[in-house]
Amino acid sequence: MSSFPYLSVLTVAPLVGALVVAFLPRSRPELAKWLTLAWSLGILALTVALWLAFDAGGERLQLRESYPWIPGWGVNFTFAVDGIALVMLMLIAVLVPIVILAAWHEADASGRSVPVYFALLLALESTMIGVFAAADVFLFYVFFEVMLVPMYFLIGSYGGAKRQYAAVKFFLYSLVGGLFMLAAVIGLWVAGGKTFDWAALTQIDMSAGTERWLFLGFFLAFAIKAPFFPFHTWLPDAGGVAPAGAGALLVGILDKVGTFGILRYCLPLFPDASRYFAPLALVLGVIGIIYAALLAVGQNDLKRLVSYTSIAHFGFIGVGIFAFTTQAGTGAVLYMVNHGLATGLLFLVVGMLVARRGSALISDFGGAGKYVPLLAGVLFFAGLASLAMPGTAPFVSEFLVLIGTFTVNKPIAIIATLGIVLAAAYVLWMVQRTVQGTPNPALAEVEGMRRDITLREKVVVAPLIAMIIVFGFYPKPITDVINPAVQATMQDVGATDPAPTAITEAAK
Amino acid sequence: MDELKAPSIDYAAVAPILILFGAACLGVVTEAFVPRRARHAVQLSLALLATVAGLAMVITQASTRVTTAAGAVAIDGPAVFLQGAILALALVSLLLMGERKLEAGGAFVPQAAITVGSDADVRQAARTPGLTEVYPISLFAIAGMLLFVAANDLLTMFIALEVFSLPLYLLCALARRRRLLSQEAALKYFLLGSYASAFFLFGVALIYGFAGAVDLGSVRAAAAESDRDPLLLYAGLAMLSIGLLFKTAAVPFHVWTPDVYQGAPTPVTAFMAACTKVAAFGALLRVLYVGFNGLSWDFTPILGVVAVLTMIIGAVLAVTQTDIKRLLAYSSIANAGYLLVGVLASGEAGLASTMFYLVAYGFTVIGAFAVVMLVRDADGEAGHLSRWAGLGRRSPLIAGLFTFILLAFAGIPMTSGFISKFAVFGAAIEGGQTWLVIAGVISSIVLAFPYLRVVVMMWLSDPSEATPTVSVPGVFTTAALTIGVAMTLLLGVAPSLLLDLTSGAAEFVQ
Repeated sequence: MSSFPYLSVLTVAPLVGALVVAFLPRSRPELAKWLTLAWSLGILALTVALWLAFDAGGERLQLRESYPWIPGWGVNFTFAVDGIALVMLMLIAVLVPIVILAAWHEADASGRSVPVYFALLLALESTMIGVFAAADVFLFYVFFEVMLVPMYFLIGSYGGAKRQYAAVKFFLYSLVGGLFMLAAVIGLWVAGGKTFDWAALTQIDMSAGTERWLFLGFFLAFAIKAPFFPFHTWLPDAGGVAPAGAGALLVGILDKVGTFGILRYCLPLFPDASRYFAPLALVLGVIGIIYAALLAVGQNDLKRLVSYTSIAHFGFIGVGIFAFTTQAGTGAVLYMVNHGLATGLLFLVVGMLVARRGSALISDFGGAGKYVPLLAGVLFFAGLASLAMPGTAPFVSEFLVLIGTFTVNKPIAIIATLGIVLAAAYVLWMVQRTVQGTPNPALAEVEGMRRDITLREKVVVAPLIAMIIVFGFYPKPITDVINPAVQATMQDVGATDPAPTAITEAAK
Repeated sequence: MDELKAPSIDYAAVAPILILFGAACLGVVTEAFVPRRARHAVQLSLALLATVAGLAMVITQASTRVTTAAGAVAIDGPAVFLQGAILALALVSLLLMGERKLEAGGAFVPQAAITVGSDADVRQAARTPGLTEVYPISLFAIAGMLLFVAANDLLTMFIALEVFSLPLYLLCALARRRRLLSQEAALKYFLLGSYASAFFLFGVALIYGFAGAVDLGSVRAAAAESDRDPLLLYAGLAMLSIGLLFKTAAVPFHVWTPDVYQGAPTPVTAFMAACTKVAAFGALLRVLYVGFNGLSWDFTPILGVVAVLTMIIGAVLAVTQTDIKRLLAYSSIANAGYLLVGVLASGEAGLASTMFYLVAYGFTVIGAFAVVMLVRDADGEAGHLSRWAGLGRRSPLIAGLFTFILLAFAGIPMTSGFISKFAVFGAAIEGGQTWLVIAGVISSIVLAFPYLRVVVMMWLSDPSEATPTVSVPGVFTTAALTIGVAMTLLLGVAPSLLLDLTSGAAEFVQ
């Protein structure tokens, strides 16, 4: 406890930055941009220090801090992270500076305040860190809900056409889930004897009926957030119109709050109900994989296409979580990280293309590789990573999910595998129709298409590409951290890994 | 026959009520003797001073737990707390009434009796300073509310009800702009309010018929012990509830709310939305918790249905509104539903959470109406929602504050709205009323939509020619708006300050 209060500082720091940036004069956009970038790099440095302070083999929840907030209700500012939360914090810290750099010119043309745009990004970072760092259910809920506000304004004020509709839809969908979760949070609080402390709540006993209702309250909120089929329809709308920076954060990190919430809250707090509802979740996951992949194949809008691929990937993550084996669970968490990198990259590259062409419609492209060969190459790479090509990081996680699921539930694993085929279809067809093939003559007229990837954009994509390759061959730094946490979570739900059991039975 | 004796009165305990009544009478005298030019300053200072003095007296009485005036008045935890709440909210509302910079002469008509549209009316509309009688009238209303929440027998409660209702009917009719609308609203309010009062009085009579007494303690005892047919008691309670639910604006007794909120001068609307709610729920709590506690099993389902209807209908009808004041009116109806959830949670947690909600909501709603006063054009306030499009570009500060207020109404964390919802829902689940919470959650989702629509209007639409400019607020409105928003934030971030106070005050004397 005597060590540096990493988590509270990490949560508050972006907010302080946001306040400073928001009050910069509108006439100084460059200052706002550089200050935001510098600030987010400082947060990255702090997160690296946090990573080093975390002991991978140690307790489940570490770096715990607790300050009283509403003593009458037993609410505290309790922060603590397990391995899963830690890698998510790292993902945030890495992605945010990249996104800021990618969004450098995004707000310029909107006619709205540029400093406010960057302040909103920092405010969003603050709430995202808070949601992963919270170890008090009330505090988690507060961040979960407040997170909506900056994202709402990012989409609504700086997005493309139909942004109002998308922003309101995003807000209402999330609020619906959030309010049902609120009822469940209150129910949990009453059932748990007036405490919100996560560790204490894992110990309480409740009747099967209560547990199932509370599970559903939480699960609904997380399933909407993730999004799982059939609660996914807000994402293509929001992702389709969101500015590339906000969109990358939306599909890269914000969605993971849903799957993280399932891992951290649904499974350990309601283990029996989790087992009870697992078949349902698995089926929803598989439907999501196939259905979203099919819809992605049919999309003509690049950003919506990426959003649908994201929904399909979340199907994999959901299957990995509810297969209840350590292997699949590890794969799911690893997928959460890798999806952030790969889909984040894909979203940013697509954003670069769209910014050049001035349109997100695939039919407006065609042979773009002739004009912007390097950018086309990056798009191809991002596409390969997204379809989980061996050698890229997502492959490892998808493989783990499928292997881990196969050992316990063959039909689900086999249907999910079909998703990989569809993934190849939508990615390759998208690449073919945009950057390969016969050049679209209209492209020659477009001023932006004469400029290949700029230095700033190279700095944006380089670290993501590097990480995707490195973790594709050497995921150990991540798996070392998440493995103990996943094991503990699987123990909570009473899942026994089948492989060792099979051996012992054979030995008998 | 017994000799009539004057009851002994604990003057310190009832001092806040006396101060406000005294100041109101002084205000009437002032009207007669102070020259017209100086009246506004004198009256406003007098009203503010009296409110502050009353608040100070309330604070000194914080630990008083007595019944006085022959048991007619109970000064206990909830009474003191609610009196403090009424006075604090009234203070902020009085600031809004005192605003004269936004509109030449203030929000009130100079001479209400002049025919609308006549030459004299056109002349007086231009510049003549508004009525100064509004301050003593308001003081009477406040004094009545103070007595209402402390009334320990039903007759005293009825008198207090009339004392605070009649001034409100009057205040509603005094708008400077849209006078016909204002007068119509006042007439509606008066007629329906009179019916409600009549129901209340009839209920008192029936209960007297059952219990042979009108003080809440005897009613409680009679309900528990008497072997008479309880039909009289139930009928009496039902009639009584109609009177009280009318004041709280619960469905189906809510129909006056949108018209009156829209027609009344905006500062009066703010006053009604904040203070009348406190007074009405204060009395409802006392009647149910002290007088009819033993019957809670019998009336909870019926009031529960009322609560559910109030939440759902308030929320659904709010969605269709195009006028900001009507929208806020329906939102206040829905909020009455949430408050009823707190009331029905029963027990100390229910009482404490309801009281917290009342204070938190009061400050937020005053802030909201302060903003409504500011957004105006040549014809006065710009009520129609379409006129608010693009306000965020024109006046980011005001739009930002209003957004925060709307987020509080929607119950987003870090605002008092979230904490108060959490408090009443928590108390209700604890009290086994989960179905009310489910209805509350569903209505909250519906209700988020109209709030969000206003936010969308302000920020995500582009300003047009019709977008009104925001008037530079005078010092009074600035103060009221600042207090409203600051309390909304403070109670959202550090609710313990008030939560401890409410749970400490959550016990009635019998």
